[in-house]
Amino acid sequence: MGPVTAGVLQLLALMGALALAYLPLGTYLARVYSSDRHWRVERWIYRCVGADPDTGMRWPAYLRGVLAFSAAGVLFLYLLQRLQGVLPLSLGFRAIDPDQAFNTAASFVTNTNWQSYYGEQAMGHVVQTAGLAVQNFVSAAVGIAVAVALVRGFARSRTGELGNFWSDLVRGITRVLVPLAVVAAVVLVACGVIQNLSGIHEVGQFTGGSQQWNGGAVASQEAIKELGTNGGGYFNANSAHPFENPTPFTNLFEIFLILLIPVALTRTFGVMVGSVRQGYAILATMATIWLAFTALMMWTEFAHRGAALELAGGAMEGKETRFGVAGSSIFAVATTLTSTGAVDSFHSSFTGLGGGITMLGMMLGEIAPGGVGSGLYGMLIMAVIAVFIAGLMVGRTPEYLGKKLGTREIKLAACYILVTPTLVLVFTALAMALPTPAGSMTNSGAHGFSEILYAYTSGANNNGSAFAGLDADTQWFNTTIGLAMLLGRFLPMVFVLALAGSLAGQRPVPATAGTLRTEQPLFAGLLVGAILIITGLTYFPALALGPLAEGLAA
Amino acid sequence: MNTSVSTAARLLGAGLRALLVLTLITGVLYPLAVTGVAQALFPGKADGSQVEAGGRVVGSSLIGQAYNLPLKKGQETPEADLKWFQGRPANGLGTNSVNTRYELILSGATNRSAGNEELFGWVKAAKAAVVRDNSVPDHPVDPDEVPADAVTSSASGLDPDISPRYARLQAHRVADRNGLTAAQVNRLVDAHTEGRTLGFIGEPRVNVLELNIALRELAAKH
Repeated sequence: MGPVTAGVLQLLALMGALALAYLPLGTYLARVYSSDRHWRVERWIYRCVGADPDTGMRWPAYLRGVLAFSAAGVLFLYLLQRLQGVLPLSLGFRAIDPDQAFNTAASFVTNTNWQSYYGEQAMGHVVQTAGLAVQNFVSAAVGIAVAVALVRGFARSRTGELGNFWSDLVRGITRVLVPLAVVAAVVLVACGVIQNLSGIHEVGQFTGGSQQWNGGAVASQEAIKELGTNGGGYFNANSAHPFENPTPFTNLFEIFLILLIPVALTRTFGVMVGSVRQGYAILATMATIWLAFTALMMWTEFAHRGAALELAGGAMEGKETRFGVAGSSIFAVATTLTSTGAVDSFHSSFTGLGGGITMLGMMLGEIAPGGVGSGLYGMLIMAVIAVFIAGLMVGRTPEYLGKKLGTREIKLAACYILVTPTLVLVFTALAMALPTPAGSMTNSGAHGFSEILYAYTSGANNNGSAFAGLDADTQWFNTTIGLAMLLGRFLPMVFVLALAGSLAGQRPVPATAGTLRTEQPLFAGLLVGAILIITGLTYFPALALGPLAEGLAA
Repeated sequence: MNTSVSTAARLLGAGLRALLVLTLITGVLYPLAVTGVAQALFPGKADGSQVEAGGRVVGSSLIGQAYNLPLKKGQETPEADLKWFQGRPANGLGTNSVNTRYELILSGATNRSAGNEELFGWVKAAKAAVVRDNSVPDHPVDPDEVPADAVTSSASGLDPDISPRYARLQAHRVADRNGLTAAQVNRLVDAHTEGRTLGFIGEPRVNVLELNIALRELAAKH
């Protein structure tokens, strides 16, 4: 069997596994967020927080909960890093510098996991497990909560209430993320991912002498890193490090974990709005884009254009033997079409076009299938835009899922899709115009520009992967990427929740013969087109200067 | 104004309390529980799949290492010990720049682009070295035979494997240096070649450390 055939079979196996999990997980998630019963441990948590989980919140209250919780997260994580030097169980590692600590705190709270530090030399056990890994859980739970609030906006009428933030947050952790992460972590250890609490220790070598190793709670962090579409590696090499991703099976399993919840959430959406076919249409849109990107990536990586790769006889630079070209390509697309940013191979050494595909994936807003929660609300915003465009074509007031999309709704959706392009393009332009940031590039020419474009694309879209040649541990990048991550995460959430509030307050419009059938393939096609055209037009000039120039020159 | 400040403070307090409780669950109980299960069920794997040979630990089957000659005086980069099978280049591997009382390995890739001239130079030099080192009198190596993994750096810099093609390409040299026949060494390579998982997941590979351990045993018997 050739590597291409094997790659296609891996892709099919992955789709089969996701399909098997789709119904049970998606339905279960809908039950979790609709149930009015509380578990005992949840009641105890609500008492500690001092919140009543049964109070319905209007959108401003829901948003205040999101922002207050996240602000507490940034503060706590920042302090934890600044105090590392005096914390026990920190391997004696020193405190993280203020600019890097701010960047890392913003990064993990926003579900980005951009890392300007090297995990193995900078972060001790306490910061890794009680700081970074905690945000892997809670930032994911916040994402799902906001998505569920938007879905409730569509599902409910004549109420301004979107549910209770504290209850959505806590349930996401106790009923979804922790149980799944425990199972995933044990599977990973069984395959060789390490899980211990030992310090830096000496291990013998074949030719004599020894090497120094880090221990750590890696499997427990790896599980939630993928499952919560976070992506922050325990080690610098991330999921390429054999202790994070030891075998071809764990590689496929980690890709599965990345896609699992974002895909199942489309089912949750369908169940909650009372028509599972609406969920299928959203899923079909996501799957179309994901499959097309994966096919393109495999094609360009197997073709290995580019002087150094042609000389080598294959695109194996920055890729591991056990994963090969196919396993690395599937991972790269999954991680950039979600907000994950974990890598099992280094995107900077992909072919010019391959690198462009990873960037375009993020630029689409990470909605195919996207990050946990953020993928679903991002896609629903695009659906609103697509319905609006269709409405303009036929001259009817657009409506989606029985809700009228008036001026206010469209304005909010438009604001949403303007946030990240503005952040990416303005920050990239600034960095290119100033003399110092450019000094951080490893490569020159089009690829050097791509390194910076990639960095802000990754930050503003909360991805976290990198063209890692860029030396991002400078005050400029730590600060500006930190800001891009915070604004790119929370501004869109403001618009999503405001939109949800305004939808929830409406009376449902009965469907008529003239209503656009949004559960049909035609609409899925329209949605794919709207996504590609809107994003393509926004980023085309920037992409032409970077990856397109590089790919066509090769 | 005062009420909005106190509302904000109250909310932030609730946020902090929620964070602390959830830290207890996901940042303390969860990792400890997983560590407990891992250490009880898979202690060897949870501690890094260490491999013993000749009564001592010689590394991990998961972590690639260098098989070099000791540094000579005035040398900065060690030479490969051609008696042993060689792993992939690791030009992206680094050493720690903070907390320097440890000597930590910093995993990583070169991040050089496909059109980068430095990368082109590395690949060219690596190819020439592979051809030179592995050509034995009656078995010259054709540059076209050299597989991509032999001349490119892996993603982690710690790739424990090489492709079966690269292992076989080294077999004649290794046989020569260890006083074995090429057939013996090729049999060893075949025995240590792992196919794709379930026939389609990943790529076929040879674990260099395990291969070298077996090689040392075989050579000692002769």
